[in-house]
Amino acid sequence: MSFVEFVEGPLFILASAIFVLGALWRVIGIIRIGRKKDISPPKGSAVMGFVVGNLRHFFPRGIFARRTALHIIAGYGFHLALLVLVLFAAPHIAFIQDRLINVNLPEMPRWGFIVAAEIAFAGLIMLWVRRISDPVMRLISDWDDHIGTWLTFLVMLSGCFALQESQSFLRGLHMLLVDVWLIYFPFSRLMHAFTFFLSRGNTGATYGRKGMNL
Amino acid sequence: MSANSDIAVAKFLEHTDAEAASFFEACVHCGECAEACQFYLSTGDPKYTPTYKLRPMERAYKRDKAPFSSLKKMLGLAPSPVTEEELREWEPLVYDSCNMCARCTLVCPMGIDIAGTIRKMREGYAAAGIVPEGLQRAAEFVKKTSSPMGITIKALTAQIKHQEEATGIKIEVDKQGADYMAIFSSMEIMGYPEVLGAYAKLFKKAGLTWTISSVAYEATNTGVQIGSGPLAKEIVTRVVDAAEALEVKHVISPECGHAYGAIRWAGPNMMGRQFKFEVVHIIELLDQLRREGRIPAGGKDTRRMTLHDPCQIIRRGGLLKEPRRLLDESCSDFVEMKGAGITNYCCGGGGGVSANPRAEELKTAAFSRKVEQLNGVKDLEAVVVPCGNCRAVFEDGLDAYDMDLEVIGLSELVAETLDESPEKQG
Repeated sequence: MSFVEFVEGPLFILASAIFVLGALWRVIGIIRIGRKKDISPPKGSAVMGFVVGNLRHFFPRGIFARRTALHIIAGYGFHLALLVLVLFAAPHIAFIQDRLINVNLPEMPRWGFIVAAEIAFAGLIMLWVRRISDPVMRLISDWDDHIGTWLTFLVMLSGCFALQESQSFLRGLHMLLVDVWLIYFPFSRLMHAFTFFLSRGNTGATYGRKGMNL
Repeated sequence: MSANSDIAVAKFLEHTDAEAASFFEACVHCGECAEACQFYLSTGDPKYTPTYKLRPMERAYKRDKAPFSSLKKMLGLAPSPVTEEELREWEPLVYDSCNMCARCTLVCPMGIDIAGTIRKMREGYAAAGIVPEGLQRAAEFVKKTSSPMGITIKALTAQIKHQEEATGIKIEVDKQGADYMAIFSSMEIMGYPEVLGAYAKLFKKAGLTWTISSVAYEATNTGVQIGSGPLAKEIVTRVVDAAEALEVKHVISPECGHAYGAIRWAGPNMMGRQFKFEVVHIIELLDQLRREGRIPAGGKDTRRMTLHDPCQIIRRGGLLKEPRRLLDESCSDFVEMKGAGITNYCCGGGGGVSANPRAEELKTAAFSRKVEQLNGVKDLEAVVVPCGNCRAVFEDGLDAYDMDLEVIGLSELVAETLDESPEKQG
């Protein structure tokens, strides 16, 4: 079994299993802690609040926009561009169809890949530079923040190296880093990709029940 | 580890429910919350970043309760135990520099309720006895007299008598079967007793019966501020027992921020049952009476006025439109401050900060944000502040910043501009 076959085969299956089971374990673990039933007479709907809370926090409030503009632009730029790259880059579509599920995803042109990759890199680098330079960010950041950022950066960088598919080692290196990223994910702050809906939803439900203004 | 840290950590873990856990799990350390916090903005000190204030509780959760905590402990990857030294280091962050105003929740991309989690965190601090002296003293006053300022029924009776003389209206005490029972904050009773006269005038006009209990007149819940569940429950129980003994239909929560949340939302949960009466905020009630035409507006106050939005009434209380409707009908030149409404700045004294003399300097620094908002309104003559505590903070703050501005309560303004012409006979 070659290196590429190993990282795309057994290691990828193991990493994916750890990713799925670990993420599920963590989300279910949080929910299972439970919370006391609120018996105060409600003024509004907690369920609606959960939904509204989740949607409302996608949109930054104007009054804070100026002070937080860099973070918003870099954050949205990075996340959206990464999502586009993962779902619509030609090698990813081929991999998804071959290994995961036979879906017809529109293939992004090469220039689209370049633009999305540049946005994703620029966003991630801006976020990291802010993390190491801003006094607030330096105080609150820990090793998990840096590992998550660097791991994601290396996955993206190795993906660009592998784009030409000129060397199978480069493809293997990219897949190895993807596997490491998948294994690291459920134990790290990268889990915010799944826990955000619980956090926003819980606050939204509390606010909604009280008829509070989100 | 020490006995105190053990007690605090046990309480942290007890109060880390699925909601708090989801907050700790979702925070990506983006630092946005700092940009919403008046303490960070007015000092520029990163330690006032809201999410940083939660660090000891988050550490306790991640070490002992979070999914995978056992595995991480086994591998030596879990956070180290929370020490008493660390708890003491964080105490000023938890009590002096958080108004529990929840402005940070608005900017947080994860929607984390840091204010609510600070409230839970204070349970650990209170249980371990690591609390500011000023709040501890207020708690002791409450145990002795029911009031954090030590106000006795004798003092209240004197204030009631003055207001009866001023308005010519009898204020009933311990009236069985009244529609409403009013409770007040200590600050209102001693600092702004005119509010008693305003209630008398407004409720007489509305034709509703109301009373004040001689055993449960205090609305301030020091237990909520300090973070002591047992004390908070004791204070709520006193009001509930008195209201149910008098068989009133409603209890009126006063122009006081946290008192409303304490009795309206936390109260039934603390007592483990719903009340036999309804809790209504005075602003809600006045707005309802106005809409029903029972307290019609008369001549408007012509001064240029703005409205301060107390965090616990507006942002966390949901009463956004009601005070504005009342003001529009009571004032001919009402102007909003920039950032008014749910994104408004706290006065800097909420969450027990004003009862904590150690935090005085920080509170005054935080008020600079409010000064900036007020200065943004040209030719401003008065500010309506519908919270007794905020009102006292405003008076101190305006004095500290050499500003000449009248500070008035909403109930008093509505009473002063009431149409007092006799009812038309049909």
